[in-house]
Amino acid sequence: MKFTLSWLRDHLDTDAPLREITDTLTALGLELEELHDRAAGFENFVVGEVISCEPHPDADRLRVCIVDTGAAQTQVVCGAPNARAGMKGVFAPAGTHVPDTGLDLKTTKIRGVESSGMLCSEREMGLSDEHDGIIELPADTPVGASFAAIMGLDDPVIEIGLTPDRADCAGVRGIARDLAATGIGVLKSWPHDPVPGAFDSPVAWRRDLGADGDACPRVVGRAFRGITNGPSPAWLHDRLRAIGLRPISALVDITNFVTFDLGRPLHVFDIAKITGDTLTMRFARDGEEIDALDGRSYRLDSSMTVIGDSVRALGIGGVMGGEHSGCTQDTTEVFVESALFDPIRTAATGRKLGIESDARYRFERGVDRASADWGAEVAAKLILEICGGEASTLTMAGETPAPAPAVTLDPRRLETLGGLAVECEAARNILDRLGFATKLVAGKIEAMPPSWRFDIESEACLVEEVLRVKGFDAIPAVPLLADTPLSRPAITPAQRRVSFARKTLAGRGMLEAVTWSFLRDKDAALFGGVGDDLRLVNPISADLDVMRPSVLPNLIAAAGRNADRGMNQVALFEVGAAWRNDTPDGQQLVAAGIRTGTSGPRHWSQEARAIDAFDAKADALAVLAACGAPAAKAQASADAPVWYHPGRAGALRLGPNVLAWFGEIHPAVLKAMDVKGPVAAFEVFLDAIPRPKAKSGKARALLQVSAFQPVKRDFAFVVDDAMPAAKLIGAVRTADRKLVAAVDVFDVFTGAALGEGKKSVALSVTLQPSGHTMTDAEIDAVAARIVANVQKQTGGVLRG
Amino acid sequence: MEDLDQLRDELLTAIAAADGLDALEAIRVAALGRKGRVTELMKGLGQLAADQRRAAGQGLNAVKTAVAVAIEARQSGLASAALDAALAADRIDITLPVRPQAQGRIHPISQTFDEIVAIFGEMGFSVAEGPDIEDDFHNFTALNIPPEHPARQMHDTFYLPENAAGDRMVLRTHTSPVQIRTMQSNPPPLRIIAPGRTYRCDSDMTHTPMFHQVEGLIIDKTTHMGHLKGCLIEFCRAYFEVPDVPVRFRPSYFPFTEPSAEVDIGCSRAGGELKIGTGGDWLEILGCGMVHPKVLLACGIDPNEYQGFAFGMGIERIAMLKYGIPDLRTFFDADMRWLRHYGFVPLEVPTLLRGLTP
Repeated sequence: MKFTLSWLRDHLDTDAPLREITDTLTALGLELEELHDRAAGFENFVVGEVISCEPHPDADRLRVCIVDTGAAQTQVVCGAPNARAGMKGVFAPAGTHVPDTGLDLKTTKIRGVESSGMLCSEREMGLSDEHDGIIELPADTPVGASFAAIMGLDDPVIEIGLTPDRADCAGVRGIARDLAATGIGVLKSWPHDPVPGAFDSPVAWRRDLGADGDACPRVVGRAFRGITNGPSPAWLHDRLRAIGLRPISALVDITNFVTFDLGRPLHVFDIAKITGDTLTMRFARDGEEIDALDGRSYRLDSSMTVIGDSVRALGIGGVMGGEHSGCTQDTTEVFVESALFDPIRTAATGRKLGIESDARYRFERGVDRASADWGAEVAAKLILEICGGEASTLTMAGETPAPAPAVTLDPRRLETLGGLAVECEAARNILDRLGFATKLVAGKIEAMPPSWRFDIESEACLVEEVLRVKGFDAIPAVPLLADTPLSRPAITPAQRRVSFARKTLAGRGMLEAVTWSFLRDKDAALFGGVGDDLRLVNPISADLDVMRPSVLPNLIAAAGRNADRGMNQVALFEVGAAWRNDTPDGQQLVAAGIRTGTSGPRHWSQEARAIDAFDAKADALAVLAACGAPAAKAQASADAPVWYHPGRAGALRLGPNVLAWFGEIHPAVLKAMDVKGPVAAFEVFLDAIPRPKAKSGKARALLQVSAFQPVKRDFAFVVDDAMPAAKLIGAVRTADRKLVAAVDVFDVFTGAALGEGKKSVALSVTLQPSGHTMTDAEIDAVAARIVANVQKQTGGVLRG
Repeated sequence: MEDLDQLRDELLTAIAAADGLDALEAIRVAALGRKGRVTELMKGLGQLAADQRRAAGQGLNAVKTAVAVAIEARQSGLASAALDAALAADRIDITLPVRPQAQGRIHPISQTFDEIVAIFGEMGFSVAEGPDIEDDFHNFTALNIPPEHPARQMHDTFYLPENAAGDRMVLRTHTSPVQIRTMQSNPPPLRIIAPGRTYRCDSDMTHTPMFHQVEGLIIDKTTHMGHLKGCLIEFCRAYFEVPDVPVRFRPSYFPFTEPSAEVDIGCSRAGGELKIGTGGDWLEILGCGMVHPKVLLACGIDPNEYQGFAFGMGIERIAMLKYGIPDLRTFFDADMRWLRHYGFVPLEVPTLLRGLTP
């Protein structure tokens, strides 16, 4: 919402400086968005009178002028063809910054004659492209006056942001009323006495809305005859131009002015173009078309209100008038519509048709319920004043809607809810100044909202009204203290685990990414796909049209982008949601990560190896351990979903419960996503990790260390190639649960010497005695049990 | 016994001249070995008369001791020289780069969220969470945004297809539905903050279709706007780590709060550089207000008994402001150069006691 300072002063009697006014607007909730000082840069330009104008002694086209600037007489060499003695123009003294050239004027000699300053053209002032001559001002313009002032540019333009609840401030008067409530000035009286009608209106209103009368509860109109629709007067021009509107003709300018001055949209019909003697508020017929004033054609439907004559729709109610009945310069008889339209319907209509208009802006927020009636009077006053002619009596249909019901404010709530103690009388005064009709009932303020307010529905609203007029700055800040002396945990153990997962992975050298929750359907399909319930109806783009079934595809795509930027060793992770369906239970929290390329950069001391499934397995196990899962007990099984390599991936399980998937991504998936492999990935399902059992305390179990020397023995077993190492390890462990403390695999190889389909697995077994140092005989006995158990459980034999 | 002095001098000279451990050992054997010269002389002592034997024994012992001490000293000198020589030959180029160890980083969104928790946690708030895919009731209706309300259009909602029950799920447009879920399932008093992903169908220089919000909610019988101001002023100063940053509350409008306010912090834009603090300019950072009575009612809480405030802010926005990150869209690109530059080393979780941003 834009207006100028002088426009505001039409409604508000105030001496407050501009800065105070704009600060107060913001404090009221009418946030200052921009203050445009149009006079800026014109400070030095004054009105000058050319006292004498003689030919330059050395140049045919130049003249030597003596200019009276009010303060002094100055000699200027001027090349303008229209320069002559007696004229008044715009003078810029030496030192002035000229907007067009961007240069500062200097006193100089032009062909030997001193010139100090300049008489300016419009182009030089940056006002227009006009450069045929210097600006000529009317003869009665006072010499020495500020140019900005006489051009009306010293009137700053104020732009405020309006929240959707403040329809009443979509007019300058509403803004003035809010300001006046703070005491910064006094709201001027606003006479809008009835304008008597000189004849009966030749057009009558009718409402044909059936049960949906709310679509247009009230409409008032009146006709005018004998008018002249010429250009509007300068004051009206200046106002509209200042807020960025183009003056068109007196009638159009008047409706625009009333829209911005009073927040009251009006529409003017050319009576000559109305068929019949009745205008009807009705719903459009489905498919009915109208050519609107914006020069475009619209197809309407039956949810939209239109103003129709006996033949066609002449306007879209609350949104935009029609081309057909628009006024021209030849128009002499008009009919003015001042109506109320339903905010919701108006908004829906505007949205469907894609029309943003000043009328829609106001009607969808709510226009003063009383204004259908006073709008017709205001229109009459301005039209008669500017266009002449005479006004008819009023014609009307429907009823003025009842105002919102009264709301009661217990003044104590200002302190107990609003945090600011305000005396009852002071609060009541504020509400009165805002236009509420108040009375005191048993110490409480009963406030009837004014006809222009649509946002007052509870006591809290009245608290807000009083507080914003007092200013939120006035509310004393009170420390918000926790209700325990020491802080308590702000996050749950489950939330804490998420943080552990994050820090663990970052500690393992991975970069945390945050990628979109959505992705393209094609990529989702590679990762199990999604049901129809996870397809966005209105995606932002075709690339982001379904909710992600896995966190991996977006990370893999990111690896591709990073590779394109020359980074081939990618280590990214993300902790976020993946979806199985659209219910709250269908959202899983996943810690996922990928690694590509090699284990590190090429280095003089160590060789980098290609990333593989064991990198992903290690990451997954680290996350599980950090999150308190019994990682050591998790079983790895060689089954992973289809987006993983069938031979180089697996699951980590606790019984049937899958805690994680890990492995290398299927080459076909990478090919489809155009990403170079191999890519090792993992997905840890944080919600699937069992919650640690609530223990009685934080004490650890007592450390038990043996006083006796542990013994290490190496074994190499030949087993079938398909035999999982985990089973072999298990056989060693179960050979003697008490003595076998650790089993490490230190070599795995296959070779012709072992035989077809066989592999050798070398284990280092740590035996830890607890009662005494082991004798050779005891060690041999355990070794024999290990060999026997491996033989029994895996068929493996000790390699000779 | 002049020959003993001579023997000693002779041996000590030889020891001093020994150029290696082997030569020294040869000298030792020749002097002190089983058939060494000193040993032989010792053997000869027995043939002397008792009075001579005593004196000769003492002299011979002195020679033996002196020789042994000299050998030991020479031995250690030679060993030390040999070690010095060996070490001198064993040199590495200590300017070579170390073995690589990748350093991971935490995303600025996570860091910012941890900092937010650190501050509000001290004021007694705990973290609540809810689903990203929400129903209409939790995202809109319960928040006093009826179907025809213009605010629904303001929100640029992402919709999912209508399900069998005729309901249309949405991607939550704010984390406010978590407030609703919390109020529905927990009796007051309540103090929660609700972080998470939020979605709006909007994409340009300053908007992304997904972003993060954190909202706060406090419900009890006495909390008023003065507490709201106290809480958020404290937050702004703690979070931005600018103890005197001006904080301004402006009346505003949200369907779910009444009164409503937007909060600005002071800044300076001198020279085109944004600096948070006292500078005469203002920067909007969050919205807040007293919970609307209709919202309390929708959650089954009696607005005549309970009241409280709510606030919400964009995590990316305050992260950009604090850490000087220029472009919102880069948050979601997973560009490793960006993550290394703007990400945080996972040293510790931020706390007010130990400091927020490392």
